[in-house]
Amino acid sequence: MAHEPAPSLYAAQEPVFPRKVKGFYRTFKWWIMAVTLGIYYLTPWIRWDRGPNLPDQAVLVDMANRRFYFFWIEIWSHEFYFVAGLLIMAGLGLFLFTSALGRVWCGYTCPQTVWTDLFILVERWIEGDRNARVRLWKGKWTARKWRLRITKWTIWLVIAMATGGAWVFYFADAPTLLRDLVTLSAHPAANITILILTLTTFIFGGFMREQVCIYMCPWPRIQAAMMDPDTITVAYREWRGEPRGKKRDGTAGDCIDCMACVNVCPVGIDIRDGQQMECITCALCIDACDDVMARIGKPRGLIDYLALSDEEAERAGAQPRPLWQHVLRLRTIIYTAMWAAIGLGLVYALFIRSDIELTVSPVRNPTFVLQSDGSIRNIYDVRLRNKLGDDRQFHLSLISDDILRIELEGLGRELAIDVPANETILQRVYVTARPQDPAASRNSTPLRLWVEDLGSGDKASWDTIFNGRESQ
Amino acid sequence: MADRKVDEETGVDTTGHSWDGIQELNNPLPRWWLWTFYLTIIWGIGYTIAYPAWPMVSGATAGVLGWSARGTVANDIAEHDGQNANLVTALLQADMTTLPENADLNRYAVARGGAVFRAQCSQCHGSGAAGATGYPNLLDDDWLWGGEMEQIIYSVTHGIRNEVDPDAHWSQMPAFGDIFTKEETAATVEYLVSLSSSEFDATLAEEGATLFLDNCAACHGDNAMGDRAVGAPNLADAIWLYGGDREALTYSVENARFGVMPAWGQRLSEEDVRAVSAYVHALGGGE
Ligand code: SF4
Ligand code: SF4
Repeated sequence: MAHEPAPSLYAAQEPVFPRKVKGFYRTFKWWIMAVTLGIYYLTPWIRWDRGPNLPDQAVLVDMANRRFYFFWIEIWSHEFYFVAGLLIMAGLGLFLFTSALGRVWCGYTCPQTVWTDLFILVERWIEGDRNARVRLWKGKWTARKWRLRITKWTIWLVIAMATGGAWVFYFADAPTLLRDLVTLSAHPAANITILILTLTTFIFGGFMREQVCIYMCPWPRIQAAMMDPDTITVAYREWRGEPRGKKRDGTAGDCIDCMACVNVCPVGIDIRDGQQMECITCALCIDACDDVMARIGKPRGLIDYLALSDEEAERAGAQPRPLWQHVLRLRTIIYTAMWAAIGLGLVYALFIRSDIELTVSPVRNPTFVLQSDGSIRNIYDVRLRNKLGDDRQFHLSLISDDILRIELEGLGRELAIDVPANETILQRVYVTARPQDPAASRNSTPLRLWVEDLGSGDKASWDTIFNGRESQ
Repeated sequence: MADRKVDEETGVDTTGHSWDGIQELNNPLPRWWLWTFYLTIIWGIGYTIAYPAWPMVSGATAGVLGWSARGTVANDIAEHDGQNANLVTALLQADMTTLPENADLNRYAVARGGAVFRAQCSQCHGSGAAGATGYPNLLDDDWLWGGEMEQIIYSVTHGIRNEVDPDAHWSQMPAFGDIFTKEETAATVEYLVSLSSSEFDATLAEEGATLFLDNCAACHGDNAMGDRAVGAPNLADAIWLYGGDREALTYSVENARFGVMPAWGQRLSEEDVRAVSAYVHALGGGE
């Protein structure tokens, strides 16, 4: 090889033509695809009655009014910690599944995998299975090739557009937005979002495929930190399969080197080379190999989900340890506990939430106001929230061990405030201590403000303090 | 091009580079990465043509799209003004004395007024409107020229003791340092102290009471409760603009002190005057 030129620093993408495969995991994956895509495309169309003043879309992110609606739950922007909590739970859940079952996220539910799978399905339907596709790829650009390619790309584009279209429906009333989109009167933001998502879906699912997983996605790098020898992952029983070959003299292993596992692999690798960064553990090679084993009359599972820690036992001819012993270990228990703790915390927070709320910010510039009769006044900015679908009248009151008088800006001693449906009202509240009252001179006096919806009896309170002359 | 070399240990090609016998493996990057990189360069060039980019001696290249951050802000402001146009019209037509009854308009006026206040008024009256020595506190219930909405609007529009608006509030206290003897001043001060405190020299205060009736009551009233018509402060309440101890009072009596306020009617739009008045009225002392 002395005069062979050195290879380039850049490599062209190797085309992958995954062959059709049947089997347990393939069927399972079709179901997951149907359910996840079904949820994604249909959710925005579910209606949910919240009364006349609120949107009737079950799942809606209302950016303009800073509200998130999820069936019976409504989250305001100041409650964003719910979303943060859910994201943390999603992260921990991912850690849990990865430490227990390897890259199941990648193999089964990642949008990149699901849409690529869908696109390959279309591809196979239009252009035929692996061999036909390889031939077509190598062949000249004949009229037939153009026809097949253009048909395929058109269907991809339609799917991609539906994907981008479904996304924007989560952010506006779906039927209205659909009408606006059709009549070309939708907000530019909707059109631009659809355009971007259409292009990314089309390019990532149709052309980039495994390149996204290998070179663009950070998750394969991160997940290595969650895996250990007890993690269940897709692997080749090399001790059973080798030496591979077609020999029938008893010295050969079970692998007949038929390349079925390689031909079905969507990332185009050979699992028999051992664990590889590229493998998304889609399990299709298991199905392919099981099929071959059945045909040559060998037990299934030459390629299988297994824990690498069992290798030694299996080489020695012993049984692997049962699945639960691998899955139940300190690491997964800790992930589960953390996940559950946050989940319980969120559920608790959700249930103690009231439909009416107040937040009180004491005005501290100045700390108090001296009135002409010598009394001391404190000012509070009180925000009253009515999360209900109809207008309510809130009643404000004050509780303290000391004598304090509460008044409202513009309303005086009339302590009832009208708060429109689904709104926050800012009310300036005055609390006054007469000159002879202890609260007037003392540094600080604790007090509690109550807000009550006289109609429903809902209540909420806020503790704060009253500053007297000594606080200066 | 160099010849192909393969690392024996890993079976991976090397780049052919070698440093002190250490060879560099060649795991090639995908070619589309390279193209993406070139694309970003092209994008970058296009961007600097389209948008302001290259620094010049004064300013920067303008960009062919004519975009500017200032222009964006101006557009945003124009858009907001457009959205608020109805509210502004309503504010200009509103009967200000009953403004608080119109909750939406009142909220708009107070919010707008707050912005005006922080920009124009807070330098003297403080960002929290609590004033300072010589600058009235606008949160309390003590007013020099009146705390009703119309009175506040008048004070804001015409200002106090300025040279530019003939309708400005105007009053001037004589400097009693030229009129009173030291003893007379001390007596008057003692009388003033007696009005709002329990620690005072009764005989001296009684003497001061007579002096007060003869010299001060014309403006400040017989019982020293002040007179808003002439901006004469109430001297019998707990609030002192320039301080209520004997030293501060002596200085005030001898030298006479008063503040000046600009005529905002000449500087602000009518809607801003109304808005800032609504804001001040809603601070706690509005009457
Ligand atoms: S590597 Fe990334 S993009 Fe690919 S399947 Fe896994 S998570 Fe999805
Ligand atoms: S090696 Fe097997 S499990 Fe891994 S990506 Fe390929 S087919 Fe899927």
